[in-house]
Amino acid sequence: MSELDLVPPPAGPDLLDRPSPTSATDADQPRGTRPRSHPLLRPTSLLALLVVLLVVLAAMAPGLFAHASPYDSDFAHKLQAPGGSHWFGTDQLGRDVFSRVVHGTSLTLRATLVAVAIAFGVGATLGLLAGYLRGLVDTVVMRFVDILLAIPSLLLALAVVTALGPGTIKVAVAVGVSSVATFARITRAEVLRVRSSDFVEAATVIGLRRSAVLARHVLPNAAGPAVALATLELGTAIIAVSSLSFLGFGAPLPQPEWGSLVAEGRDYLATAWWLAAMPCSVIVAVVLSANRISRAVGKTGRR
Amino acid sequence: MTLLRIRGLSVGYRTRHGIVDGARDVDLDVSEGEIVALVGESGSGKTTTAHSILQMLPPAAIVRSGSVRLEGRDLLTLSERQLRAVRGARVAHVPQDPGTSLDPLRRIGPQVAEVLRIHGLASRREAAGEAVELLRAAGLDRPETRARQYPHQLSGGMRQRVLVAIALAALPRLVVADEPTSALDVTVQKKVLDHLSGLVREHGTSVLLITHDLAVAAERADRVVVMREGRVVESGPGSQVLDRPQHAYTRQLIADDPSLTVAHRGRRPSDGGTAPRPLLEVSGLRKEFRAGARGAAPVVAVDDVSLTVARGRTLAIVGESGSGKSTTARLVLRLERPDAGTVVLDGTDVTALRGRELRAVRQRLQYVYQNPFASLDPRQSVGDIVSEPLRAFGLLDSAAQRRARANELVDRVALPGSVLARRPAELSGGQRQRVAIARALALGPELVVCDEPVSALDVTVQAQILRLLVTLQEESGLSYLFISHDLAVVRSIADDVLVMQAGRVVERGTVDAIFESPQHDYTRELLSSIPLHGRVR
Amino acid sequence: MSRRSGAGGPGVGRYLAGRIGQTVLVLWGAHAVSFVLLYLLPSDAVTIKLMGSTGLEAGSFDPQTLATAREELGVDSSIWSQYVANLGRLLHGDLGISYQRGTTVSSLLGEALPHTLLLAGSTIVLAVVLGIGLGAVIGYVRRPGLREALLAVPPLAVSVPAFAIGLVLIQVFAFRLRVLPSSGTDGLSSLVLPTVALAVPLAAPIAQVFAKGLLSSLDQPYIDTVFAKGASRTQVLRHAVLNSISPTLALVGVLVGGLIGGAVITETVFTREGIGTLTVSAVQSQDLPVVQAIVLISAAAYALATLLVDVLHPVIDKRVTHARATA
Repeated sequence: MSELDLVPPPAGPDLLDRPSPTSATDADQPRGTRPRSHPLLRPTSLLALLVVLLVVLAAMAPGLFAHASPYDSDFAHKLQAPGGSHWFGTDQLGRDVFSRVVHGTSLTLRATLVAVAIAFGVGATLGLLAGYLRGLVDTVVMRFVDILLAIPSLLLALAVVTALGPGTIKVAVAVGVSSVATFARITRAEVLRVRSSDFVEAATVIGLRRSAVLARHVLPNAAGPAVALATLELGTAIIAVSSLSFLGFGAPLPQPEWGSLVAEGRDYLATAWWLAAMPCSVIVAVVLSANRISRAVGKTGRR
Repeated sequence: MTLLRIRGLSVGYRTRHGIVDGARDVDLDVSEGEIVALVGESGSGKTTTAHSILQMLPPAAIVRSGSVRLEGRDLLTLSERQLRAVRGARVAHVPQDPGTSLDPLRRIGPQVAEVLRIHGLASRREAAGEAVELLRAAGLDRPETRARQYPHQLSGGMRQRVLVAIALAALPRLVVADEPTSALDVTVQKKVLDHLSGLVREHGTSVLLITHDLAVAAERADRVVVMREGRVVESGPGSQVLDRPQHAYTRQLIADDPSLTVAHRGRRPSDGGTAPRPLLEVSGLRKEFRAGARGAAPVVAVDDVSLTVARGRTLAIVGESGSGKSTTARLVLRLERPDAGTVVLDGTDVTALRGRELRAVRQRLQYVYQNPFASLDPRQSVGDIVSEPLRAFGLLDSAAQRRARANELVDRVALPGSVLARRPAELSGGQRQRVAIARALALGPELVVCDEPVSALDVTVQAQILRLLVTLQEESGLSYLFISHDLAVVRSIADDVLVMQAGRVVERGTVDAIFESPQHDYTRELLSSIPLHGRVR
Repeated sequence: MSRRSGAGGPGVGRYLAGRIGQTVLVLWGAHAVSFVLLYLLPSDAVTIKLMGSTGLEAGSFDPQTLATAREELGVDSSIWSQYVANLGRLLHGDLGISYQRGTTVSSLLGEALPHTLLLAGSTIVLAVVLGIGLGAVIGYVRRPGLREALLAVPPLAVSVPAFAIGLVLIQVFAFRLRVLPSSGTDGLSSLVLPTVALAVPLAAPIAQVFAKGLLSSLDQPYIDTVFAKGASRTQVLRHAVLNSISPTLALVGVLVGGLIGGAVITETVFTREGIGTLTVSAVQSQDLPVVQAIVLISAAAYALATLLVDVLHPVIDKRVTHARATA
């Protein structure tokens, strides 16, 4: 679960809105911190970046990583534990699991990117319009968002699958649509905050047109949290997509989507644990990395 | 007898850039029954010293040396459990901001009673009754009702009284009052300080009053201690420090504080009968805001306000919060639409302008905001900020021309050219306000509206900015509409003054007339609330 | 300039009315969305129904059968009247007839719901205990190193998909240690592993939000005031906890949605009867009425949960007395 709409700030009945003199200028007491390097350069972030890069590479050129074919069966070597020739072992048809995982990368990644693109593109735009234009647009958009939020994302995706049949892209679109709501909310909240800042009003006073104020001042300052959320959403989308393919609604077999690989391995849990464990570990590693990067991006914005 | 004895206190803070000094070798004494004022600007170390007494320093603080003896015991050597017995019972704290210093989710009564219960001074039932009495003594009306209310239902002044009640509840020997009235209107400030003094005299409590306002210090305290950059630079009885300051910094503070020293402007004669048309003419302005709940009467923020500003002169609008002065300024700038009345700029009626025509007017009418931290886009460089007005109107096409003009502008506000490449976050409050002024001047306006432009700044910086504004006016014949709550500041910059209360104009006149012979009761009340009013000529 | 508004009065009434209106709108909206998705999206709803009820492939139906089915389904009429018919049935409590099994949807739900409710109940309890517990510990701990380490736990838990947790639990407790069953719906022991699998991903955000709320409350000036009174750390924490409850409560509504989605996965992994497995089989057989009913139930659960939270909110935080449309 990513950003949440927390308690709205209390409507202060204060007499004064001027900041007290000593708090606005350089603080009497600096809030001390230990000296730290740039968040993106810390060891865990670098590791996360590396993992993500490997994954992207594997998606674009699987042949680089896996030489065996993901589809060829080899019954003589079925259900072998992970070892030298088969890093992730072999499955019940003798196929190389590592190669299947690698080739599944592009399927999962494509779906994830589609989902995030839809969620960010549609959601952030809706949030921006709602927050900047207010009034009727705001009300309509936010009611729509409320409705979207009421249906759990998994169920929404399942409803789409029920109507249209299974398939990676359909699943991706469904996951994306269900995340639109969160993006819209975050972006709207940020736009509202920025919009009421003095410097945005000052832009009007110095003579900028409304569109220029929006583009030059509101957007750049409001974009931060939405971008951070987008990186976080990558992890969430991967989990959603693989969950759906685990249930059997992703790409049809024998295409090696990660989730369906885990589902296949489930039948052999007692005897050949690596069939499920390997794809699972890859999923966890990628999601952890995406989250790590997202947190680092978030911290950079705040410096 | 000495109640509090601080010797050689040195405190540092761990920051990203190493260890920064907060207090350096501070010596301070407070005797029983004495009121001592600790005066300084930000970074002076006064807050650090105060927090050391309460042992409430932030985790990044390191006490390097020194002792803080309260009733003979060195607080720096006590354990946490021993300190808990001291806090609230022997030494108490009145915090700065009444808006955020009370738990918003609990009722007032229990928050007062909590002190008694923590120190075992009363049972639950007794404490509730005692709390009501304490609130009554603190000057709250209908204390039984107030005790059952929540903080957000009380005004700022009332909340401050509650905080005073909490501080005095366990009858401590020493009260550390941290800027107890900075966030309040000056008339409320006077009442709260009067009351605090009274209560203190009654119980013989000592007070350490932390403040940035030298005038308040001299008026209220028996002794004044001046701090600068972590060190004590001067101390002595209030009248002595004011009349015969020893240290150069003290002298500068006195000179820069408009309530202690009136900056003598070159008195320009007001125009006689040959008055050309005034630059700004406002008449019958009215603005209502709808209150929160439907069906409630709307709030009239501005009620039948009229004013004129002549060329090259400064009109100040003075009032406390809720007076409508800021709303009036915003109506003049057409940031809001008036419900009634007209705004005429140099003969042109701008009241109903919209779109392109309104934008065109902006070239002549600019605005300097109160908060220098919020009025500059944190993502822009100073050069971009200052030249943006030119881009908005398509003046000066080439980047080189704009850069040249930006250089010119920052030069006029006495900032070095190197500042153009920096971002607002790298500048101090005073520097940012100069940038805001430079931006306002970019289009060569005729009238600049300044909304409390110096309230958020230290006294010395405040004086610099005010001098800058006066210089700019003399150089280019600018007119100012200057909004302020601080009459003392107004005296040093205004030619004419308008006093507002609850949306209406209650008095108007030249600045001398207002100060020397105020007509309206409210004006008189405002004047008498200025600390040490009457002392200054 | 004091406010006389108390914790009650016309403000709260208006606020409640607004929220109830919003809930009704959300429910209506959810129905509309489900109708559009399920009945309008597919190119041929009729074939789907026939496939479901007869088990035959598309393309094996002759035009006569198709025509009859079209008439029965009312697909001949306009979209609008189909929609009204669908909504009308719903408002009368008629959830329709399952394409696949021919029984009423209500009876199917009646069989499946109790099992899922049992799972949901135990999950909520465990998730809240774990989440608030961890959050409180994080707030109490003073050493920054330990606090950072504990704060890193929730993001970790969120990064693991629910099915992975379930499979690991089965592997360890059912196959290796053999202390708990790996599947089944009967008996308390079969409830343990699914509850843990479902609760962990829900406890994580609870812990995170509660901890963040605590830490930010502890930063507020009023905490300094309490300290200055001479309070101990526990007494101070009590103030902070009360102030952190609101944002955590707001999370509950979100989690209810997560419960239902999570139930689908968990019940599948542990082969438990319930709404989850019912959903999966309904999706597989394109059983539109069943899927629609389940979507509506979950929307209703979410809407009611958030309504409850919004009703409790002014009780805890007296500042919210006006009808402020949230977000």
